[in-house]
Amino acid sequence: MTEYKPIKKVVSGNYAAAYGALHARVQVVAAYPITPQTSIIEKIAEFIANGETDIQYVPVESEHSAMAACIGASATGARVFTATAAQGLALMHEMLHWASGSRLPIVMVNANRALAPPWSVWDEQTDSLSQRDTGWMQFYAENNQEVYDGVLMAFKIAEDKRVSLPAMIVESAFILSHTYDIVEMIPQELVDEFLPPRDPLYTLTDFDNPISVGALATPNDYYEFRYKEAMAMERAKKVIKEVGREFGERFGRDYSQMIETYRTEDAEIVFMGMGSLMGTVKEAVDVLRKEGYKVGAVKVRWFRPFPKEELYQLAKEVPAIAVVDRNFSFGQEGILFNESKGVLFNTDARPLMKDYIVGLGGRDFTVNDVRTIARDMKKTLEKGKVKEEVVWYHLKR
Amino acid sequence: MAVRKPPITTREYWAPGHAACAGCGCATALKLATKAFSEAMEEKYGDPNAFAIAQATGCMEVVSAVFPYTAWKVPWIHVAFENAAAAASGVEAAWKKLGRRGKILAIGGDGGTADIGMQALSGMLERRHNVVYLMYDNEAYMNTGIQRSSSTPYGAWTTTSPPGKYSIGEDKPKKWVALIAAAHQVPYVATASIGNPFDFVRKMKRAAKVDGPAFVQVHCTCPTGWKSPLEKGVEIARLAIETGIWPLFEIENGDFFNIKIQAPGGGAKVKREGGRVVAIEFKKPIEEYLKLQGRFKHLFKRPEAIDEMREQIKAMWKVLGVDVTLPKPGE
Repeated sequence: MTEYKPIKKVVSGNYAAAYGALHARVQVVAAYPITPQTSIIEKIAEFIANGETDIQYVPVESEHSAMAACIGASATGARVFTATAAQGLALMHEMLHWASGSRLPIVMVNANRALAPPWSVWDEQTDSLSQRDTGWMQFYAENNQEVYDGVLMAFKIAEDKRVSLPAMIVESAFILSHTYDIVEMIPQELVDEFLPPRDPLYTLTDFDNPISVGALATPNDYYEFRYKEAMAMERAKKVIKEVGREFGERFGRDYSQMIETYRTEDAEIVFMGMGSLMGTVKEAVDVLRKEGYKVGAVKVRWFRPFPKEELYQLAKEVPAIAVVDRNFSFGQEGILFNESKGVLFNTDARPLMKDYIVGLGGRDFTVNDVRTIARDMKKTLEKGKVKEEVVWYHLKR
Repeated sequence: MAVRKPPITTREYWAPGHAACAGCGCATALKLATKAFSEAMEEKYGDPNAFAIAQATGCMEVVSAVFPYTAWKVPWIHVAFENAAAAASGVEAAWKKLGRRGKILAIGGDGGTADIGMQALSGMLERRHNVVYLMYDNEAYMNTGIQRSSSTPYGAWTTTSPPGKYSIGEDKPKKWVALIAAAHQVPYVATASIGNPFDFVRKMKRAAKVDGPAFVQVHCTCPTGWKSPLEKGVEIARLAIETGIWPLFEIENGDFFNIKIQAPGGGAKVKREGGRVVAIEFKKPIEEYLKLQGRFKHLFKRPEAIDEMREQIKAMWKVLGVDVTLPKPGE
């Protein structure tokens, strides 16, 4: 193994994604511009124009066609990448099911953006979380480094024959997509050692063994297709941990856990959330610790497959969990809150849990906000019961 | 004994056993199209198998691959309804990248092409993918049970354009996708019909051999949706050509001024100027075509609707640069 010397570059989250795709040696990109994703595909077009890669770039006429072309290319046997956000992801919805149902290891970066109306281009997680049931793996990046690392790991996980499912790397609008930060990039030959070329089981170039993709299945067969997909998603948990560990061993950043815990050892209150807001939360934990609060943080890295066992282990130890949801499911509650409560139901873990709806449509979420939540949660803990389960935290009164 | 060479390859790519209705004209079209494609690939690349298919949801998709069976002896992918052209774009891009030479065939019905797939088709043509798009036009959504599409002709009965006291059936003229495709200035666009299989095969081969995108719109009978006799599919399709209902033409590089129009036969008199067809005097009235199909039955009680149809057909030919005269029965 060659010695690892990272190449440090100051890049936006979007450029981190583009470099991830470049270093993963993707072969086909089909994409459509949408704010705040656009500079990912602009950068890839630039790589091609400069002769850094000979990626086949298909500048399609819509996101629906973007994913359709990705499916065609991936079924043909190529390594395929795309990127989108919000309205574009919603337009793709039908094709997302098609990609996973066809068991194609496509990797897509979604820049989290609030859905219209009212029109918005700012950060919110509801766009990607609405795709929860499409059969895509979902990884939420906290920073630009995780966007880059996530793209590289996602291909290895998605292409693993135990999995064969598409993966979505999710970054926050502007907070990551357009904010520059130092990213440690991996020299190409070391990426190549970590991520060998794709070795598809079937292709659309093999005339001697022609396959038909996308056949009809009667009620007699459809059910088993879904079961196999469900089992693949279960197996993905193991593969995610394996690949995350290997990545850590090679490059020093360990992703062997589907969740990341931060100062939770003796914590009374744990803040739980996903994506870039967890950077703010960790910062707040340090501040609050100095102020005498026993608090910690849990970042849910992988939302699909959902880290059920990890959250159970955590919930057994922690008296109170404050979920910070930059998303909402109408008629219910924040989506991470709902999911994490759900996995505890048939267990003996019964922490006090409250849901704080924060940052919708890109509203700022700061260390001070976490401090306010900590005070509120502390009161709940003292009373020993949850009165108001869902708190619309920023509401103008 | 001398054995005559068959007029087209005996290799099969669309195998028997598919579940299309008896008398399905579209099944015939697909069988001929894939054979023609294979011959073209053999002639161009020395490899009869240098193709793959991307197909839209529709009759010919549903009947062809029911797990665990498939009628396709060629790599084939179906990715929903509105995007055969987009899926074909992706397959073609990957073929290029993986170094496989050949051409991709995209297939869609009139609903999947003229309506829901229009945008994806336009994108594929405009991006100049090396794809032939074959539109099999049976003039309604037959897979879902005979609903009108924008390619349904004026006057036709469908379940969503039923004739009645306040309706003559479909009340809009047919949308000609081939002309829209040609406006993209792609190398090759043609209309064809199972009523003239030799012309259809020639056009499919030409489409397959050009470098870049091509579009072929083939008229094919649907006995189920047209309420026509099972055994008369080719005859009805031929009558559409001979009465002026279905024009056969070719347009290269969007050059409408040098459109090539095939003589319709059926006794029609064709007038040329400088090699270009400028007028056609049809001899068979459109009623000969209409009367064989239940979908037009109600029109015979509404002769003014048939006259309106004649006017629309003249207007359509005018777009092609041809003055036509259409006889009434007995004329």
